[in-house]
Amino acid sequence: MKCFKIEDLSVKMGKNVIIKNINLHIHNGEITALIGPNGAGKSTLFKALIGDIPYSGKFIYHNSLNPKKPRIGYVPQKMELEPSSPISVLDLFSTSITRIPVWLTYTKKSRLAVRRFLGMVKAEHLAEKRLGDLSGGELQRVLLALALNPLPDLLLLDEPFSAVDQSDLEGFYSLVQNLVKEYDFAAIIVSHDLSSAAKYAGTMIFLNHSVQSIGTPEQVFADDKFCQTFPQGIRAEV
Amino acid sequence: MEWTQYLFMRNAFLAILLVTPIFALLGTMVVNNRMAFFSDSLGHSAFTGIALGVVMGLRDPLISMIAFAGLIGISFCIIKKLTRFPADTIIGVFSATSIALGVVILSRGGGFSKYSGFLIGDILSITSLEIVTLSLVFVLVLLYWFFFFNNLFLVNINSVLAKSRGIKVLLTEIIFVVLLAIIVMVSIQWIGILVINALLILPAAAARNLALNMHSYNLLAVVISLLAGIIGLILSYYWGTAAGATIVLCNTVFFLVSIPTRVRLRQTA
Repeated sequence: MKCFKIEDLSVKMGKNVIIKNINLHIHNGEITALIGPNGAGKSTLFKALIGDIPYSGKFIYHNSLNPKKPRIGYVPQKMELEPSSPISVLDLFSTSITRIPVWLTYTKKSRLAVRRFLGMVKAEHLAEKRLGDLSGGELQRVLLALALNPLPDLLLLDEPFSAVDQSDLEGFYSLVQNLVKEYDFAAIIVSHDLSSAAKYAGTMIFLNHSVQSIGTPEQVFADDKFCQTFPQGIRAEV
Repeated sequence: MEWTQYLFMRNAFLAILLVTPIFALLGTMVVNNRMAFFSDSLGHSAFTGIALGVVMGLRDPLISMIAFAGLIGISFCIIKKLTRFPADTIIGVFSATSIALGVVILSRGGGFSKYSGFLIGDILSITSLEIVTLSLVFVLVLLYWFFFFNNLFLVNINSVLAKSRGIKVLLTEIIFVVLLAIIVMVSIQWIGILVINALLILPAAAARNLALNMHSYNLLAVVISLLAGIIGLILSYYWGTAAGATIVLCNTVFFLVSIPTRVRLRQTA
């Protein structure tokens, strides 16, 4: 039995409370969609779970078979780079998985790993491309492949705003859904596309500084607080 | 060749072989991380570093220069971490203040001209002992570049991603800027405050126009930096010009030549 528990988690920046009293159970083998308006604290919650910013409260991992510190895979929304940067997909992978510096050489190990992990997200053909030449959807797949190596216990995925087209996005969600089932890990996706999220997420969390509503997507969409924040319903751009 | 007869030219040549690759390597990350303005102000902080050395009565102000530049670098990392946005204005304030403070102290009683040599530098003044020091710094940078490059690279492209992979983000950045402070301060007396930043920025900027990945980016930057350094030194001998500035101009030529390739790469992409 594996699951994540977040108990009474709050993040303050100076005097501002960004998120407060978050209590959640995150289950393995399904996608948990995290939704909420701009500035609701979704990215802040991710940063807290990664340990990039301090928080109060608890973040607990239960794993009866193998008690250990959980591995967290993170797919950022975007990369801090100019389109002309001389950075290839192979650079990104080699940097993350070997200690041999990429300026010196690319090891056979990292070349093999790149192919294997890109294969998991059906993107083998992207290995030698520059990051700046990838489309939004391709970059997202590459970053997902990186987060899968080593296999995470919890995947945190910050979906990009627009760069990905609708059929790409559905393909991506279904890919993540297959991965969480096949490798049995938990995944939280910050989702900006409510209709895709509704289709693939088992649980939905509506966050606006604190948890406003939680349940199946249908339950959340029927909640009063959701309807007040998003009067246009699931077609809302969030 | 005529210039090889002189010991000062042979020393200067050795110094160029050591300094230019270091600047090229560190420069690739300075450019990647959009730190050009920061490294410029790091160079300018030498004014205050020298002044502090003079006030404290040090014979060689190098220690106070490195200490002050290191302090500026560490403050920069911490401020960036706390505010999470490019600290252009803060860097500008730091830079202007450290120039002004240094000039005020050094010009007391009208004695600034004594220090004007630092502005353009003099690589021909390098001694054999200084070349030994330089070799140590060279080894230090190579070791850092070997063991920390991958982490530093990941921190640069996404610090939260780096954190999620267990990298000590702040520490990695601090070691990088301290190393940058050391090499810039050690070299400033030979290259000159006015042009030293160009040695960091130009080889990387030219290599960036030609490279498709980090391996070729670093390699090209080193080759360009070495070539420009050697050609610039020899030209400065025959022209009777300041070596630092001549080397920078050679780098500029490489940069200009690299631009059409960048345009072509972009069109095929």
